Amino acid sequence: MIDALVLTILMTSVPLILAATGELVVERSGVLNLGLEGMMLMGAVSAFALTYVSGSLLVGLLAGVISGCLTAAIFGFFVLGLATNQVATGLALTIFGTGLSGLIGSDFVGKAIEGLPTVFPETLSNMSFIGVFFALDAIAYLSVFIALLVWIFLFKSKYGLVLRACGISHNSAHSLGYKVLTVRWCSILFGGMMAGLGGAYLPLMLTPHWSEGMTSGRGWIALALVVFASWMPSRIIYGAILFGAITIMQLAGQARGWTIPPQFLSSLPYIATIFVLVLISSKGTAKYLAPSDLTRPFISSK
Amino acid sequence: MKNNRFIIFAGLLAIIAVVFYFATNVDQVEDKETKMKVAFVYLTNPGDHGWTYAHEVGRQQVQEHFGDKVETSYVENVPEGPDATRVIRELAQNGNDMIFTTSFGYMEPTLKVAKEFPNIKFDHITGYMRAENMATGNIRFYEGRYVQGVVAGLTTKSNKIGYVAAFPIPEVIQGINSFAQGLKSVNKDATISVVWANTWYDPVKEGDAAKVLIAEGADVLAQHTDSPAMLQTAEKSGVFGFGQSSDMHEFAPSAQLFASVNNWGPYYISQIQKALDGSWTTGEGPDHWAGNTWKGLSEDFLVLTDFKNMPSNVAKAAQEARDGIANGSINIFSGPMMDNEGNQILASGEVLDDGGLWAMNYYVDGVIGKIPN
Amino acid sequence: MFYLTPRKEISLFFTISIPIISILLTIIFGFFIFSILGYDPGKALYHFFISPLSRLDKIADLFVKACPLLIIGTGLVLCFRANIWNIGAEGQLIMGAVFSGGLALSFSETQSVWLLPAMAIFSFIGGALWALFPALLKIKLRTNEILVTLMLTYVASLFLDWLVRGPWRSPTSFGFPLTKYYPDVALISKIYFPGIGNISQLHWGVFIAILICLLCWFAMEKTVFGFQIKLIGDSPQALRFSGFNESKTTITLFIISGGLAGLAGMIEVSANIGQLQPNISFGYGFTAIIVAFLARLNPAAVIISGLLIALIEVGGDSAQIALAIPKVVTGVFKGILLFFLLAGETLTKYEIGFNYNQKSSLND
Repeated sequence: MIDALVLTILMTSVPLILAATGELVVERSGVLNLGLEGMMLMGAVSAFALTYVSGSLLVGLLAGVISGCLTAAIFGFFVLGLATNQVATGLALTIFGTGLSGLIGSDFVGKAIEGLPTVFPETLSNMSFIGVFFALDAIAYLSVFIALLVWIFLFKSKYGLVLRACGISHNSAHSLGYKVLTVRWCSILFGGMMAGLGGAYLPLMLTPHWSEGMTSGRGWIALALVVFASWMPSRIIYGAILFGAITIMQLAGQARGWTIPPQFLSSLPYIATIFVLVLISSKGTAKYLAPSDLTRPFISSK
Repeated sequence: MKNNRFIIFAGLLAIIAVVFYFATNVDQVEDKETKMKVAFVYLTNPGDHGWTYAHEVGRQQVQEHFGDKVETSYVENVPEGPDATRVIRELAQNGNDMIFTTSFGYMEPTLKVAKEFPNIKFDHITGYMRAENMATGNIRFYEGRYVQGVVAGLTTKSNKIGYVAAFPIPEVIQGINSFAQGLKSVNKDATISVVWANTWYDPVKEGDAAKVLIAEGADVLAQHTDSPAMLQTAEKSGVFGFGQSSDMHEFAPSAQLFASVNNWGPYYISQIQKALDGSWTTGEGPDHWAGNTWKGLSEDFLVLTDFKNMPSNVAKAAQEARDGIANGSINIFSGPMMDNEGNQILASGEVLDDGGLWAMNYYVDGVIGKIPN
Repeated sequence: MFYLTPRKEISLFFTISIPIISILLTIIFGFFIFSILGYDPGKALYHFFISPLSRLDKIADLFVKACPLLIIGTGLVLCFRANIWNIGAEGQLIMGAVFSGGLALSFSETQSVWLLPAMAIFSFIGGALWALFPALLKIKLRTNEILVTLMLTYVASLFLDWLVRGPWRSPTSFGFPLTKYYPDVALISKIYFPGIGNISQLHWGVFIAILICLLCWFAMEKTVFGFQIKLIGDSPQALRFSGFNESKTTITLFIISGGLAGLAGMIEVSANIGQLQPNISFGYGFTAIIVAFLARLNPAAVIISGLLIALIEVGGDSAQIALAIPKVVTGVFKGILLFFLLAGETLTKYEIGFNYNQKSSLND
């Protein structure tokens, strides 16, 4: 029984890990993309639609990734190409993405598909205690792997250093000869792909059908998660599991007759995020701080 | 340079003028027709496969039944509040003769607009406020849940039933308690665990709630939320469940035992027919706890789909329970009835009246936990 | 690719014509979208842009819809102008409604005309308190205010949800999540025009909203405080040299923008709803951010941009009623309009140049 609960918690956290890891890279490069919800929805609807039409989950997943990437490209065009305000553009992207995904999805409402299969044979997943870690699907393992890769990239590679430099001071990075806008373009597109994949996980794995606005706020939670993780990829993983656990325990607690108001539990991730934010800004090292050029548009003097 | 700008500016103004001219010309085509115009206001998209979908099916039945005599239209995704007032008023101004508002939260907005348009007929679903030209209609949803309880009691092996509920309002609590009455009538050992999703419609959350209940050992699930997510989860985990508002068997072909379908069509058709005949009324007093039309299985306002995925003796018991409620031989809330804290609600021989149904703020015996707040 | 060069001065010509061009482009774009989706594009555009302006009572509805956007938007303009990113107006609006609602519900028997002004003050305090927390964190610990205000928005909406489902739920609401009705003196009345009567739902809150916009415009353009705001935004160093206290101005701006958002919440509830319910805002706090940008951070222009956004919202409903255009299409259309307007803003501020030859400067 506990195993099944843990499995549910892990699955709930997968889309959060994916979307938040992408957003982390974007923010590390100095851009805040509030359009996460819109990109996730676009990813979700494309993944569902193409899986339904083609019958292949792989095609669906690819479609989710690509459409997340394309939606992010709209954002990139405006905030990088035209130096528009990132907050306003991100909000506009969410409005646009929510609308467009609903429009695309209107023909697919009420259709059902087969979800993703698990990776390992049942004998492994039936083991007590550790079995639950073998009961997941490929995307779940992939999400952890990507978070790990991002960590290595950001903190162990030269390119990661350049990316972080663009987030801390784009002018310095520029004067050192790095192409700030190219770096940010890559980050935004990567962020879009991850958000698209995270969105795709919802209709392919969690509830195998499409409904309008089905992310219902998960994009915003992922945004909180990035801050909660103080822009560190490893912390995204356990942060996401913690957020997932709060979501699930609030339901499980009710089934067991706990009497804590659900609203209080629901607000915990946000309160915790503020708490972490206060903590890191009061005594954190620069490594854990918000990128200082976050949301500042870079205008080349050329 | 300055001249250029002036020319561009003048050009822009000219374009705007032209656009306005053409745009204002388009609308002149709408002519006065003799058909009766009926509008429906929906809370969500009809594609939810739950609450709004059932109303949309009803609207389509109206259109089919009356054909050319009646013209129907709907507005979807109308938030409850000032936007609803504006939308309902615009429908009234656009020449609709009758307006159905299909969510509890439209009660105040409907009342407000009804007072402004005394010649238009308003029909509010699931509310309790009425006016000279505003009627209310509702379905006895809880009747179907008694039958669900009977089937669940005969199907469960773990004796644990999971129940995903939206909000602790009387309609939902009636459902839970009715389910428990049905359950206890066939299985004294089974209990119901309730999880409040605090939303009518969030497929992922509903799915999560279902997973949690299954993890807690439930092997039959019921829901009072709108999406098919719970049933899909049940299907995947190999447990059973019941469809809500509409037939959801395509989402869960081997998990759905049956679905209680809200059948609004007959109600809408009869109200519109009455309006055409001139016999439409809004019932007794203006403030009353229940709708002036509140019907269930007996009048086919609530319809049960075929009993599937169960042995024939269970299906037979279900059919008997259904018929019993419909012909009045089964009274769901009759004494002796205890709440789950051991207080007596009804003594032997007593029955709960409609007022008592709307004042329910307790779980009956067999339900675990407490109603929030 | 192209590159941007800041314009030396922003001409009035551009300020006026570019939004118009943006809207025209959206209309052309919309023409194609509606044609592709199989709707009569002329009719669709008529319902989006003209129908809400076609009658006096519809125009009144437009103002009612725009009311909270104007009040919040103008407060945000002040903030944004000083480079302070309060994006939690939604939460501040809710707290304003909660504070004023608490007052109205605890004096439900009173006949006093002072209740309404007291509620206005309470709502201002509620919104301001909710904004004060991120303000203090920003000046004491340099915590990023975008993130804190955003998080607090969710906390506020869950708090309201808990209140109306729990302790404040009306005993006569049959368990539905609604509070008791406000007493009559807590309601904002409709404007009565002699000889005409009420025009739709047009209420005094709209009048106050416009007044606030104009007052803020005056404060921004004609007072020392306005000068300080611009100075913080443009060059904080100069502000320090000139002897102004940056922290003090920052806190003041948070209080004003939060307080105004709170006031907007109170007006919305007292004028349109009359009781508290789980949803009172429908994203006004977020939409107002876009309104502030479209107004080019000018408080007086907020009146126009607020009305424009309200036009699209109301037009979307009207298009749905008349032509059965689904609500999602409205969302797409709104998103496109916003994108064009945002791009237009760039054109006002920057000159766009192209270079085809120098490959090395690609994108930078």
